[in-house]
Amino acid sequence: MRSDRLNRSPLGLKIAAAAGLAFMHVPILLIFLYAFTTEEKSYQFPPPGLTTQWLAVAWNRPDVWAALTLSVKVASIATTVALVLGTLCAAAVSQTRFFGRETISLLVILPIALPGIITGIALRSAFSMAEIPFSFWTIVLGHATFCIVVVYNNAVARFRRISGSLIEASMDLGADGFQTFRYIILPNIGTALLAGGMLAFALSFDEVIVTTFTAGQQSTLPIWMLEELIRPRQRPVTNVVAMIVVLVTFLPILGAYYLTRDGDQIAGAGK
Amino acid sequence: MTAVLFDNVSRHFGAVRAVDGVNLEIAEGEFFAMLGPSGSGKTTCLRLMAGFEQPTGGHIEIFGETAEGVPPYRRSVNTVFQDYALFPHLSILDNVAYGLMVKGVGREERRRAAEDALAMVKLPGYGSRRPGQLSGGQRQRVALARALVNKPKVLLLDEPLGALDLKLREQMQEELKILQKSLGITFVFVTHDQGEALSMADRIAVFNDGRIQQLGSPEEVYKQPKTRFVADFVGSSNVLPAKLCQRLGVTSSFASLRPEAIVLSAPGDGALSLSGTVSAHSFLGAVTRVVVDVDGSRISVATPASLVVPKVGSPVTISFAADELHPMEDA
Repeated sequence: MRSDRLNRSPLGLKIAAAAGLAFMHVPILLIFLYAFTTEEKSYQFPPPGLTTQWLAVAWNRPDVWAALTLSVKVASIATTVALVLGTLCAAAVSQTRFFGRETISLLVILPIALPGIITGIALRSAFSMAEIPFSFWTIVLGHATFCIVVVYNNAVARFRRISGSLIEASMDLGADGFQTFRYIILPNIGTALLAGGMLAFALSFDEVIVTTFTAGQQSTLPIWMLEELIRPRQRPVTNVVAMIVVLVTFLPILGAYYLTRDGDQIAGAGK
Repeated sequence: MTAVLFDNVSRHFGAVRAVDGVNLEIAEGEFFAMLGPSGSGKTTCLRLMAGFEQPTGGHIEIFGETAEGVPPYRRSVNTVFQDYALFPHLSILDNVAYGLMVKGVGREERRRAAEDALAMVKLPGYGSRRPGQLSGGQRQRVALARALVNKPKVLLLDEPLGALDLKLREQMQEELKILQKSLGITFVFVTHDQGEALSMADRIAVFNDGRIQQLGSPEEVYKQPKTRFVADFVGSSNVLPAKLCQRLGVTSSFASLRPEAIVLSAPGDGALSLSGTVSAHSFLGAVTRVVVDVDGSRISVATPASLVVPKVGSPVTISFAADELHPMEDA
């Protein structure tokens, strides 16, 4: 930043960069703006007036709360399942050699490469065939399929960076498998798991396609928002919810950024 | 007492016989070297002692206790790894104290023990640094301290000096030797550097193709190589083929002759001689290496650099004492 006097970029490039950034972020600001409009049926610009009444309206709508809690629950459980299974799978694939290792690696990644609609249809027909009623748990299972991939990808990259001799050194110094995991592996993959877990949470939180196929009567927050947009009644409530979603997802990401920035300070401290 | 015993130990990986019927007996307090080229089975033998590998055949004992099936963390053996394997997320002090920490030794006690160990390897006061902040030689010392702080009965060293530059390596060789004598711990170390093995070890096992070719003191291995491989790998001895052996009156089909045992002059009393032509020479500092062609066999002669070296292509007579010629068992 301080040395940019030496390599100033041309004005045209600056404008292009600014325009690019504006294109990405101005629509988000518009979402915020319309959360405070007095016009509730259409998005006319400029808004005829500003009000904070929609905050209160959104707060008192039970359907908002139902959708929000459902989404948080689904994302939390799907992320937890993904963290456990994804880490185990990454450990197996990166630390050992066995027949079919490459195939398993590919099969684990496949759900995220497949279009969501394929995963959705496949799960839906599988659940029907097995006569599993659509419920909260079928949504969780659907989300876990792609959450595992995200955690797995993050963890496997980090596992590859842990030299095999670190684990052997730990065992050699008298640590059993559990202690080695606790004191050596976990501190080294911790930030990767945090990043993977957050990404998984965010993916699950705004997932629409797989959810449409695996949900029963429940609607998660993104599905609730889609339904609201079709109905021209109290439209700014959707914007209020969108604004809250942005704030709620932005804070953990910011927190994780600061956590991982000096990540080597946390690991191994206080033992 | 026997520190490590290998009784006909094998470790096969599918069709690959990494270790094939090895017999070893390492005495307590011995500085034992396993020497060989890469893929000769020496490192696998070390890993069998550490417990990272299990034998596919045979029997291993460490201080009289059966070692098969005992995991690494229940063996009174510690390893200094080739890449040091220091834990990057822990301070130097926590690295050294790790073994004590997992055994449940109290915080104060393990801190003191770790600091003592660091002082022993001449790194006092380095405890608060991180592995990334140390040089290769310092990391090597930390790895040593981390292993020794556990007071192992046997210390295993896997190519411990491989990554260090020549000067540092010579210094560490000396220090390791002194450390081993003062601690009285059995050291088993793996190396592909014959000079290192010769200068440090009490006894050497020379490995090739998963088998021990020769086991003996450095002098024995160097002066009386039992096989052609040992002659070639340790001290680059000349191997005289059957034709020359016959001419010199040796009954075996191969014999070894060290380059520095040969002189470039007419024979004195009781000495043997051969004549040939000089085919090459190279200056190596203290000595000049002269290659003499004797009936198609290339014999290398190490002659003091102070002597005048005959020109390439000129005829020359080489001579040596009869007892410098060592018959070998096989090809």
